[in-house]
Amino acid sequence: MTVGDFGAALPRPRRDLLPIFAPLIVAAIAAPFIGSASSFVTLTAAGLAMGMMIFTMASGLTLAFGMMDVLNFGHGAFISLGAYVAALAFAPLTSWAQADSWPLNLALLALTLAAAVVVCGLFGLVFERLVIVPVYGQHLKQILATIGGSIVAEQLLYALFGPDVIALAPPASFRGAFLIGDAAIEKYRVVATLVGLVVFVGLTLALNRTKIGLLIRAGVQDREMVEALGYRVDRLFVGVFMAGAALAGVGGVLWALYRQQVHASMGGELLVLCFVVIIIGGLGSVGGCFIGAILVALIDNYAGFLAPKLALVANIGLMVGVLLWRPRGLYPVGGR
Amino acid sequence: MTARLALDGVHTHIGRYHILQGVDFDAPAGATTMLLGRNGAGKTTCLRTIMGLWRPSRGTIALGDSAISGLRASAIARAGVAYVPETMAVFADLTVRENLTLAARDGPLDEARLQWIFGFFPTLRRFWLSRAGSLSGGQKQMVSIARAIVEPRRLLLIDEPTKGLAPAIVGGLIDCLKEIKRVGATLVVVEQNFRVAREVGDWVRVMDNGRIVHAGPMAEFADDAALQARLLGLSLDSRQ
Repeated sequence: MTVGDFGAALPRPRRDLLPIFAPLIVAAIAAPFIGSASSFVTLTAAGLAMGMMIFTMASGLTLAFGMMDVLNFGHGAFISLGAYVAALAFAPLTSWAQADSWPLNLALLALTLAAAVVVCGLFGLVFERLVIVPVYGQHLKQILATIGGSIVAEQLLYALFGPDVIALAPPASFRGAFLIGDAAIEKYRVVATLVGLVVFVGLTLALNRTKIGLLIRAGVQDREMVEALGYRVDRLFVGVFMAGAALAGVGGVLWALYRQQVHASMGGELLVLCFVVIIIGGLGSVGGCFIGAILVALIDNYAGFLAPKLALVANIGLMVGVLLWRPRGLYPVGGR
Repeated sequence: MTARLALDGVHTHIGRYHILQGVDFDAPAGATTMLLGRNGAGKTTCLRTIMGLWRPSRGTIALGDSAISGLRASAIARAGVAYVPETMAVFADLTVRENLTLAARDGPLDEARLQWIFGFFPTLRRFWLSRAGSLSGGQKQMVSIARAIVEPRRLLLIDEPTKGLAPAIVGGLIDCLKEIKRVGATLVVVEQNFRVAREVGDWVRVMDNGRIVHAGPMAEFADDAALQARLLGLSLDSRQ
C-alpha cells in the first residue's frame, strides 16, 4: 500500500454542492421572465464572460485577504495598471491586432497577459513593501494606507498616460459574434470566458495539487501554525500578494478589451464589485469567489435586461440574500 | 538526535503585561520534562516563547549548543523543534493527509513512519481523507501530535495534550508520549492532569507568576503531597 492509498477505500467527505447550483437556479428563475430563448442565451453568455473577468480580478483579492488579513483597497490600481499594459502592448503590435488571424491574435493576447502578469506582479511587490508592510494587523490603517496608495497609483497613471480615455479595440478575430440559431454570442466574450476558466483551473490545481498551494490554504486558516511548522509565512505572503496583483492585471487586460477603453479610474470602479464577490464567496475561498463572480455577473446582466433601474442595486440585494442564507459566505474558510 | 533545552533568565512581555519574569530551567536531553503550575502561571507563554511565537525581551534559550532565542518560529522549527499548541491548531479545511504532508518538510510522507504513527492512532488511518475540521476533539489532538512527529524532531513542545479528552484516548496518548521519548526526542509537556504528568514525566518544573519555583525529579514531586498542595494549589483538577 502506498502512502496515498490510506483510506482510499473509504468514502470521501461529502462536498457542499448547493452553492454550485446557485447560478443554475438564478438562470432558471430568470429564464421565463426573459421570454426569448435567444436573449436568454446571449445574456447568459455575457454574464459568464463578465463573471470570469470579475473572478480573475477578485481571486487575488480574496487570497490576499484570506491569508494576509489585509484589506487592500488599492487592488483596483493593479486592474488599471493591467489595462494600461494592454494598451502599451497593443501599440507596437498593431499589425498583429489588425490581422484577421486567430493564431496571431491569440499570440498577441498571450503576450499581453504575460506582460501584465510581470508588470503587475512587480508593482504588487513594491506596493506590499511600501504600503502594506507598515500596517500589517491594523485594519483601520490598512484601509487608509491602501486607499492612499491607490490614489497615488491612479494619479501616477494619469501623469504618465494623460487624462484622456484610451481606446483599445480587441484583435480582429475577436470582433463580431458567433451565431447559434437566433442567439448571438460575442467572440471576445467566449475568449474571455476561456481565459477565466484557465485561470480558475490553474488556480484550483495549484492550490490543491502543490505544496505551495497547501501552504497557502493552510496559511489562510492559521498563519502562526504554518510558521511553527517551519515555513516563512512572510515570504509566502509576498508571493501571494504578487500573484494577486498579477491576476488583477490579467483581469484588467480582459476588462479593457471588453470595454474597449482604458482609463486610470477603471480599477477603482470595479473594486466594489470585487469586494461584493469575495464577501459572497467567503473570504479566502477561491471556489466561492468563482461562484460568487458568476452569480454577480448573471444577476447584473439579467437585471440590466429586465429592470435596468434595479440592476444598480441587484448585486447588493444578492449579497444581502447570500449572507442571510450563509452569514460567512458560500464557502467559508477556517474561522473567517 | 535529542538535545538539551536550557532557558536562562527569560523575560517575555505581551503588550504591557510582563508574563515571564526571568524563567530559568533546563530540559535534559532524551527525557520528558513536565511543566506544571496554576492557571495563568505562564506555562503556555513559556512554550510559545521557546517556539519563537513570542519574542523574549531578555534572556537566552539554547537547544543543544545553539542559541535559538530571538529566531523566527520557522527557523526554530527547522532547528528541530515541533510544537503542539493547546488549541491543537489543525488546519480545519485540509484533510488529515494534507495536515501531515505540510508537516513533512523534508520530503514526501515516510510510509514506515506513518505506520508507526497509526500504531498509536489507528483512527487517523480511517479518517485519512477526511477534513480535519470534521473530526472530534480527541481526533484533532491525534492529528496535532501526529503532525509534530511525522518526521524525527529533537525537541517536542506539547501544551495540554489531554485537555478535554476521554479517558480511553488519554491512555493511547500516554503510550504515544512514552514511545516518542524512547525513539529519541526531548519532550517538554504542559499538563494539568497530574496522573498523566506522573506517568510520563521524568522531571518536573513548576511555574508560578512567570518564574520557575520548583525543579526536580517527577517521582519525588509525585510522592510529596504537601509540596504539590503548596505549589499547585488544592484546586488542581486532576489529582485525579
